[in-house]
Amino acid sequence: MNPKEPARRQFLKSGAALAGLAVAVPAALPAADAPALEKVDELHLYGERSHYVTSLRNGSINNPERRLPNEPVAFGLRTPLQDSVGIITPSSLHFTISHGFEPPDIDPKKHRLLIHGLVDRPLIFTVDEIKRLPFVTRFHFIECHGNSSPRGPGGDARVSVDATPQETHGFTSCSQWTGVPLSLLLKEAGVKKEATWIIAEGADAPKHSKSIPIGKALDDALIAYGQNGEPVRPEQGFPLRFVVPGWQGINNVKWLRRIKLVDEPYMAMMETSRYPSMTLDGKSHWFEFTLGPKSVITRPAGGYRMPGPGFHEVTGLAWSGAGAVKRVEVSTDGGRTWVDATLHEPIARKAHTRFSCPWTWDGNETVLQSRCTDETGTVQPTVAAVAKLWGADIDFLKKSQQVVGDFNAIQPWKVNKDGSVQNAIF
Amino acid sequence: MRFSSLIGAGFCLMLSCPVLAQAPSYKNIGGTPTKQEIEAWDISIGPDGKGLPPGHGSAKDGAPIFAAKCAVCHGDQGQGGKIGPRVVGGIADTKTLSTIRPVRTVGGYWPYATTVWDFIRRAMPRDQSGTLTPNEVYALTAWILYKSNIIQEGDVLDAKTLPKVQMPNRNGFVPANFADIPDEKKRGCKQGLCP
Repeated sequence: MNPKEPARRQFLKSGAALAGLAVAVPAALPAADAPALEKVDELHLYGERSHYVTSLRNGSINNPERRLPNEPVAFGLRTPLQDSVGIITPSSLHFTISHGFEPPDIDPKKHRLLIHGLVDRPLIFTVDEIKRLPFVTRFHFIECHGNSSPRGPGGDARVSVDATPQETHGFTSCSQWTGVPLSLLLKEAGVKKEATWIIAEGADAPKHSKSIPIGKALDDALIAYGQNGEPVRPEQGFPLRFVVPGWQGINNVKWLRRIKLVDEPYMAMMETSRYPSMTLDGKSHWFEFTLGPKSVITRPAGGYRMPGPGFHEVTGLAWSGAGAVKRVEVSTDGGRTWVDATLHEPIARKAHTRFSCPWTWDGNETVLQSRCTDETGTVQPTVAAVAKLWGADIDFLKKSQQVVGDFNAIQPWKVNKDGSVQNAIF
Repeated sequence: MRFSSLIGAGFCLMLSCPVLAQAPSYKNIGGTPTKQEIEAWDISIGPDGKGLPPGHGSAKDGAPIFAAKCAVCHGDQGQGGKIGPRVVGGIADTKTLSTIRPVRTVGGYWPYATTVWDFIRRAMPRDQSGTLTPNEVYALTAWILYKSNIIQEGDVLDAKTLPKVQMPNRNGFVPANFADIPDEKKRGCKQGLCP
């Protein structure tokens, strides 16, 4: 992506120069220069953001020039939530985790989706055929189960006092997805009564596969080809992505090529050896699916500097894998009092929801926090409550050297007298 | 809402729901794959060995294959390297699972030997995934399990013997019963952590 950028900028510059010339001395232009105008038009065919806007993903990536021979491409790139407005994550800033491989380069004309196993009629679809079927368009977040975990794909950056919302919560993103409900395709294939699970598999190099109960497959799972008004991007699964609303990110299989109906979970590597949560009794909790209610104030937040005492609208994002966000409360006094924030439309199920509330800073040190309640009545817990859920204390959360999956504790931001804002998770 | 649709789905399954069983609704969309097409794509392996192809291999057969194709990343003894994680481990690692620094090796953590076979076949070696023959995959699986003190060097793994290999941490996962997995309410899941 980056290597292409200078060439494109260069092209823009020379094009702009030609355009200026054309406007300044139109009469003097010989006919032979006419194609320059066509070139100028071309330059406007795909828009770019202002060069004053510099928001980027961040995270870890092993530099291609320093990479050892045969070394996996390892990256986990976080969404800059502190720069977000509304609920949509620009597709170019959607978080992505590589699991060691670059996205495959798939020709959509050659791509197929196979549905087989315990069905009456195995079926194979082209992408064009999928697009001819009735579709739905819905807002949904996709979140890594390790997002905001004290020890997770974000590493130490998450617990640093200098962490921004990108470092603390950047492994969640929200898109408007368009696609065909899997239930429609399964109806076409005819589900046999013995089928209790599906296996979804991608066309990436390691053929990522995931076992999902049939109930979810028939509920709201989606074969998505559209994301935010355009085809799903290659990093997000072009040409087809399985969207499993509200469930841990790993279920949302990219580059979907196959769905097999089976009668038990197939115990794939990611679901039995990488992703189960482990509690201190030595037990591993496999197949945790639904992400709990979570919220984070995105401004003022870590890394921000208050311009001074006075009015500042507090804003952030809230979401829950169990359904719609029903309520977000904000505290600007270290948790002594809480007020209901305004929830901004659209308030969609299993989607980021934008909230805000007015605040006038008096210039004293304080702590800002937000607390989400979802449609099931479940309230976002404190750090202490999450520790209790794990049968441990806060010390465990601080010291654990593994991902604390689905960590959804309330995020405190400390506002210092000098106007700096810092991460105060511990 | 999801709960009610789960009940709906369960109801349909019990009575062989007419909505699910009816004929296709959309004319001339979607083709019928041939048996060969399905076989070429279907690489799913069940925990009971469903889908395992014919073939066989032992740790003895696996040693030279590991040295040639795997050691460059995972180390000559499977101890892990700069590129690939440790693949060898055993009962000692299970003792770390109740600590803040759990070691999740194949032999010390993974619940099913079939997953080892499945993962090697679908994903390894990196950048050449899908190139190993079934015999090579059986042999490499056997080598890893032998080095993890789970099977003997001469034990031959095939579609029948592989699913019978008992992994040390097999009973470390909850819920133990597959049928209990899908019902998060019944399991008492809270904020994603499911007892």
